[in-house]
Amino acid sequence: MKNVNDPKQLLVTAIESGTVIDHIPASTLFKVIKILGLDRIKNQITFGTNLESKTDGKKAIIKIAGKFFEDDDINRIALVAPNAKLNIIRDYQVIEKRVVEVPDTITAIAKCMNPKCITNFEKVTTRFKVVSKKPVALKCHYCEKITDQERLEII
Amino acid sequence: MKPRSLVSIDDLTTGEITKILSLAAEFEKNPVQDILRGKVVATLFFEPSTRTRLSFESAVNKLGGKVIGFTDSSSSSVTKGETLNDTIRTVNNYVDLIVMRHPIEGSARYASEVSTVPVINAGDGANQHPTQTLLDLYSILKTQGTLDNLNICMVGDLKYGRTVHSLLMAMSRWKTSFNFVAPEELKMPDEYKLYLRNLGLDYYETADLNEVINKADIIYMTRVQRERFSDPMEYEKVKNAYVLHDHMLSDTKPGMKILHPLPRVNEISTDVDANTKAYYFEQALNGVYTRQAIICTLLGLKK
Repeated sequence: MKNVNDPKQLLVTAIESGTVIDHIPASTLFKVIKILGLDRIKNQITFGTNLESKTDGKKAIIKIAGKFFEDDDINRIALVAPNAKLNIIRDYQVIEKRVVEVPDTITAIAKCMNPKCITNFEKVTTRFKVVSKKPVALKCHYCEKITDQERLEII
Repeated sequence: MKPRSLVSIDDLTTGEITKILSLAAEFEKNPVQDILRGKVVATLFFEPSTRTRLSFESAVNKLGGKVIGFTDSSSSSVTKGETLNDTIRTVNNYVDLIVMRHPIEGSARYASEVSTVPVINAGDGANQHPTQTLLDLYSILKTQGTLDNLNICMVGDLKYGRTVHSLLMAMSRWKTSFNFVAPEELKMPDEYKLYLRNLGLDYYETADLNEVINKADIIYMTRVQRERFSDPMEYEKVKNAYVLHDHMLSDTKPGMKILHPLPRVNEISTDVDANTKAYYFEQALNGVYTRQAIICTLLGLKK
């Protein structure tokens, strides 16, 4: 039974079935929402941000009712929320826990740091090959230059 | 089906490179043919490069094809604000193949993705220039009889030189030993040295050309440009250290050849030109045969 006096437990209501994404850095919550296209779907979504976390400083959490993600989709958030943890919920029970993993290719998320790259001149969807996962280093499919973690910008 | 383009030397397998080089040798024996009769090739030069453009146009003309295009973007609709996407999607209706030079990096890859005809990258900014690399390989193969186990000495601007980087990556497929001769400011970047180390290949770095010149099978000269130096005094100090003179060649290997992507300014003294080891003008001629081979391969006209 939940303790109703515990304010942390009241911040975000439980869902009957769907996905809970936890341990998102508070600073990248809206990037995660955008990458997953949550601003364009009709599912019931609740989120909380600037929550206290023992491990991550300020964290955010998103609960999406009736939505289950493919690995390929969810791994797209790895660049902005590398420590995110997924709880898959059915009948109010956590039936599966998952972590995110940086994929081998990154499409339409990152910006190429090379100011002379075609992707910064014309409406071209960016594409990168991941040449290192930790720290992240991305090789541009077009100009072939490396964008590293320090210079990584999310579109 | 997407047409086959040539954007980066890494697009080709070692087998495909070998095939293009042997086809180039065929064209050298028989450079005037009618293979491209009825074909039209576009040369879209968004920045001027007279040498490269003339080489391509000569290659097409000798095979009976026709060339249309522009020589710099000021004489095209780009000045009206047309996107590269629109230019390519228009031009590909008129031609069988597009040769493109563009100052923006990655532009050739992008063009190859929107085009319905093959695209040959004739240089995209500081990124790739694969036909130069292939003609360099052809020149090396032709003069040395092999690409295996050669000693290649690269001299001059090894930091910004696109041609030396591509040649290094390509030659690393044939167990090459490299000597890098450059001033401190223009040394070979770490990423390329790391690339060679990972392949278990030898390289040696020095600032003194005389130290390694006698070991070389190929000396690959590049231009040391004043504008690459933040301190003009540094340029004045090193500019004469990377100039090749005829007297320096007396103890070099008999079969050694000197290559240069051209244009030359003063890094090879004109007294070298008469030496049989000077090969840079023949190298430019090889460019025509190599480009004939590339064009016919991409159009599927030669197997």
